[in-house]
Amino acid sequence: MAVATDKAPTRRYGIALPPWFSRVAAITLIMIAAVLPLFFTQSSNFIDDTTLALAYVVMALGLNVVVGFAGLLDLGYVAFFAIGAYTTGWFSSGFYADANVHVAVSSFQSHLPGIHLNWLFVVVIAMVLCAVAGVIIGLPTLRLRGDYIAIVTLAFGEIVRVFALKGDEVNVAGHPLTAGRQGITPIDGISIAGNQPFNQLDLRPWYWTALVMVLIVLFCNIRLRDSRLGRAWVAIREDEVAAASMGVPLVKTKLLSYATGAAFGGASGAFLGAYLNTVNADQFQFAFSIFILAMIILGGLGSIWGVVLGAVTLSYINYRLIPDVLNDVPQKLGLDFQLSDIGFGIFGFLLVIMMVLRPQGLLPERRRELELEEGIGADDQFVQVQA
Amino acid sequence: MTEQAAPAANGDILVAERVSKIFGGLVAVNDVSFAIPRRSIVSIIGPNGAGKTTFFNMLTGLYKPSTGRIVFDDRDVTRSRPDLITKAGVARTFQNIRLFATMTALENVMVGQHARMKAGIFGSIFRPPRVRKEETRVTEHAREMLKFVGLRDRVHEQLAINLSYGDQRRVEIARALASGPTLLLLDEPTAGMNPQESARLTDFMIRLRDELDLSILLIEHDMKVVMGVSQRVTVLDHGEKIAEGDPQEVRANPAVVEAYLGKQG
Repeated sequence: MAVATDKAPTRRYGIALPPWFSRVAAITLIMIAAVLPLFFTQSSNFIDDTTLALAYVVMALGLNVVVGFAGLLDLGYVAFFAIGAYTTGWFSSGFYADANVHVAVSSFQSHLPGIHLNWLFVVVIAMVLCAVAGVIIGLPTLRLRGDYIAIVTLAFGEIVRVFALKGDEVNVAGHPLTAGRQGITPIDGISIAGNQPFNQLDLRPWYWTALVMVLIVLFCNIRLRDSRLGRAWVAIREDEVAAASMGVPLVKTKLLSYATGAAFGGASGAFLGAYLNTVNADQFQFAFSIFILAMIILGGLGSIWGVVLGAVTLSYINYRLIPDVLNDVPQKLGLDFQLSDIGFGIFGFLLVIMMVLRPQGLLPERRRELELEEGIGADDQFVQVQA
Repeated sequence: MTEQAAPAANGDILVAERVSKIFGGLVAVNDVSFAIPRRSIVSIIGPNGAGKTTFFNMLTGLYKPSTGRIVFDDRDVTRSRPDLITKAGVARTFQNIRLFATMTALENVMVGQHARMKAGIFGSIFRPPRVRKEETRVTEHAREMLKFVGLRDRVHEQLAINLSYGDQRRVEIARALASGPTLLLLDEPTAGMNPQESARLTDFMIRLRDELDLSILLIEHDMKVVMGVSQRVTVLDHGEKIAEGDPQEVRANPAVVEAYLGKQG
């Protein structure tokens, strides 16, 4: 072939796609997503569900950096949702009522007691806090592999949940850490440039905010995947010993993946805290981590577009299909339960079906596809780096 | 016991002084002293289980020596991390090929240059001109390396797992060379090769030494290759150095014959 390689069509799934195809498809998709809420009423359920779905896409893309790229199975991802959401709770509500801090907020919020920071600051703080927490969760897992990493991270998620639950009894300088089950509420609506804060009557600004977050995180993910760091992550996933011997510093590279993934989770958490208008301990169940993990497995581990698809699919099933559309199906069949009672059973069933029919996910990453089809990486790693 | 004292550090790229490695109760490498002169090819031979690869793994930082000292390029690297040792200029290949199977040949070689790159997380996301330039440079260098080991353009974009065995060996050497080493460690590079391929590899090693000014440490079972390229041969048996010298001397050494063939008569 004398043709320059970058002009050659990308061949996938047996169909040759022209090189401009994916770019045009992405732009079209983004345009559709941007104008979509205009076709629905301002507080329609559809916009509500879609906004949640977008927030979950951000979460899933974050977890994908850790699990998909670097191959570190993180079962405590809910911790970053919690830390992000609590950041919003602490810094944009009346929770600490005797503090009077207002930074670049709307005129309405500037008269409220408590700490009220512009949401952009809150997001940045949430991302930094989560990145730090990500490093902390990462440190004890550095010498571990596979299943053991999962157990440590799972425990970390539980620790954060218990802190959230009992936080009303934990005093930091005379103030409670959290409001436990009761929840910190209300939370300020997002007001970025001193505008009227977003409210629950008009969901479109929330939707667009979430969409912008998705686009930013997508951009970061794609750039990271095709970079020095992205290659190092995949190299570690493939063969830690070889990666270290080729000059990849294991500790630093792994911690960077934890921190990056956590920061995205924190950003999404900060958004969800404000959007759901409450931050309470019951939001941070272990099941949440599994929910996000299921999204990226369904979509295709490591595959950015697969993860987006998986996140949207599962959150629609969870928030729309099960509770609204199909909920009374069992009753119509004469059974005495509602479909929403067995939500997780349905996810489990979906995953099992998925593993049997298409284990590589809906839109698999090229690499993972190979791993599953040809059993690469299944051989024993007899040398362990003594870090 | 060691037969020779460790030579002075000046002319040597790497010096290992009385290195031992003990796994639990098993002494895998026992009190081995060893040196590699600059711009030379030296070999370690020995029966299976003699501790050759363990010794290799200590030189590259995968194992920490239980006792002893390793000096590379006048720097003590005894307890250094593998990535830092690579950065300092030691590159290696593995006995059982360890390529990143689902990355392309090109990407594999690009990972080899990790330590020579600077882009951090923000550089990777925002990709300023500095990072773009670095990516271009690294990609070009990776292609050069692949060509240097004799792989045509067509192969560069193929996933490592899809390459033939011989090509995988080449990619692994290219990946090691890409890190810009001054010392290259090859762990049984001719395993699974036919005599013609082994002969080509022998020529290639001499070319590496002469064109890239590399020192090469070789673990090898193929005596034809060992005798053909090595300035010096070290023989390990049961973790101990039993002989050292130029190929002719080693071949005539009764201890070596005994280690390989058992006691005569």
